[in-house]
Amino acid sequence: MKRALASFAMAAMVLAGSANAGELVIIFDDPNPGPKAAFEKVVADFDAANPDITVKLSINDREAHKTAIRNFLSADAPDVTAWYPGNRMGPFVDAGQFEDISGLWASDPNLSSSFEAIKPTMTRDGKQWGVPYSYYQWGMYYRKDIFDKHGIAEPKTWDELLAACAKLKANGVTPITIGTKYLWTAAGVFDYLNLRTNGYEVHNDLTAGKIAYTDDRIRATFGKWEELVRPGYFVENHASMSWQDAIAPFAKGEAAMYVMGNFAVGAMKDAGLTNDQIDFFQFPEITPGMPRAEEAPADALFIPSGAKNKADARKFLAFVARPDVQSEWNIAIGQLPPNSEAKVGDDKFIQEGMATVSTASGLAQFYDRDAPAEMAKAGMEGFQEFMIKPDRLDAILKRLDKVQKKVYK
Amino acid sequence: MRSGHGNSLRLMPVLFIAPALLFFVVYVILPIFQSFYISFHEWDGLGEMEWVGFGHYAYLLDDDRFYTSLKNNLLWLALYMLAVPAGLFIALYLNQTVRGIRLYKSMFFFPFVISQIVVGLIFSWFYNPSFGVVGHVFEFFGASPPSILGDERYVTYGIIFAGLWPQIAYCMILYLTGLNNVAPEQIEAGRLDGAKGWRLLWHVVLPQLWPATFLAIVVTVIGALRSFDMIAIMTQGGPYGSSNVLSYYMFETALSEYGFEMGYGSAIAVVLFLIMLCFIVAFLWKMYQDEKDWR
Repeated sequence: MKRALASFAMAAMVLAGSANAGELVIIFDDPNPGPKAAFEKVVADFDAANPDITVKLSINDREAHKTAIRNFLSADAPDVTAWYPGNRMGPFVDAGQFEDISGLWASDPNLSSSFEAIKPTMTRDGKQWGVPYSYYQWGMYYRKDIFDKHGIAEPKTWDELLAACAKLKANGVTPITIGTKYLWTAAGVFDYLNLRTNGYEVHNDLTAGKIAYTDDRIRATFGKWEELVRPGYFVENHASMSWQDAIAPFAKGEAAMYVMGNFAVGAMKDAGLTNDQIDFFQFPEITPGMPRAEEAPADALFIPSGAKNKADARKFLAFVARPDVQSEWNIAIGQLPPNSEAKVGDDKFIQEGMATVSTASGLAQFYDRDAPAEMAKAGMEGFQEFMIKPDRLDAILKRLDKVQKKVYK
Repeated sequence: MRSGHGNSLRLMPVLFIAPALLFFVVYVILPIFQSFYISFHEWDGLGEMEWVGFGHYAYLLDDDRFYTSLKNNLLWLALYMLAVPAGLFIALYLNQTVRGIRLYKSMFFFPFVISQIVVGLIFSWFYNPSFGVVGHVFEFFGASPPSILGDERYVTYGIIFAGLWPQIAYCMILYLTGLNNVAPEQIEAGRLDGAKGWRLLWHVVLPQLWPATFLAIVVTVIGALRSFDMIAIMTQGGPYGSSNVLSYYMFETALSEYGFEMGYGSAIAVVLFLIMLCFIVAFLWKMYQDEKDWR
């Protein structure tokens, strides 16, 4: 694995090293066929519109990119790179490795007017550092055919969700599938329970280190979680499954719900499910009257401060922000365009996703993007441990407080 | 002329060893001291380094994850040792001349040739409670299969068992070569004196196999302490850190997606280094003693 990473980094450096004027070096991070083709189309369109610029594109493996970026940003930076907004861009912004593009945000009429909702996510120290190209909703994906068979309607409240779970369980169906081997899936469940119990502000204060994990409000979140864990509403053996593995019981009809991001729909269809069998509902309300906030992580493009061709890089980011480009790109990859003027695909999940996020009172990036990496890791291990050993809650929360003190000092 | 000759005799070894020494110093010795240096700092690998003295070590003493990793390292050390006797017995068993023995030998050696990553992957499927062999066996007896890699009670044993598979093959090959050098006259003499079975093995064969045994112990200890690939591929230290060992914990804190705490990771690396140093010094001392006896 390490060798693979090294060779990716090497490839990136070699490509970046040969850059000269008029050449724009871009490193993208999604080699899956759909997203890769969609991005290549964007690049080709940009190439055609700007004959004087030659784009050199290299596409990293998504996981390898997360490590390689640390090398290529300081060693031999490309002109544009894919990365994540929110707290995840923090270390690079603080180390001065990303270019401040507030000027572009202010001067480009499209950027300054059509990205109001997502602008705070791209902002750090009062400046903007990148341009978001896509985001997607999270929520509860469920087997509509199984719900219909047992006469269950989409739950709107916590009690309805518990009743639905009880009914499924009584009929031999595990209510919720999840695979926590890589931890982050558990964070999705935690985020939603926390957003619905305590709201957006508490989510932000917790991930910013302003609230302790032993706080009564966070305990209340875990209390709700316990109501799902104790009766065995999650699949067994989730700790040894990845999120893809967890689709198997869902596809086989052994489990009926999945707290997931919209990217999972493709994998569900690959597992043999059809649009008639799967559907989506917003995570049910827990505290009555709590404004509904959603998880909607965004993907973005950044200019490294060591880029050689910053002028053309800015041109490219402005191009990527255009409503027509964002429409076509996101329809191709089945996600939502951050540009509010862009058109949305007519896929039913995209439509529902748009309805979900556009009416939300706040958009969270995701626990592991809002919290600093070290805190996120410890927190997500704690969530996983809680789902297996709920009795250890006190010890887990105390440990998280200790990590929190270390991380945010 | 004579003095020139003497000079080149003294100079040549130095010249020959210089390139290797240079790389050894740059890539092995210096990084060791660098690790010590970084472990006294707070550093994310990008920004400024901040001096924290023994802060990381103080935090280590109070870190549950660290103790879990240390405990697992000791488990690895203890159970990995089983590879030495197991390798010996397979070698003894295979050390005969029958038709096709070379094929059997190479099949026993096979797990050592394939990558640790592949071994880890095979075993994670093997252990999978829903479609793995283990799951089917339990279901055959009407029991519900355990989630070996998802349960903190079994996970470390599960990974060590997977690791033993190639390690036994390694020890086996060391013993097979060792057995080639066992003097047949001595065995013959032992037989004539009425020794057979265990006594023959213990008093005649094993002493002659000491170099192989020593080597097998050394590679097994080192293999146990640097167990990394298996954990990375099978559990990533999970569930919730319960199968972590020091080497993977160090990687996780310093270099993984959620890491980049170079200072703390270096502190863990230093602890691991000190543990290894104990063994290395012991091995070197033993080798020195053996050499002395030879002279």
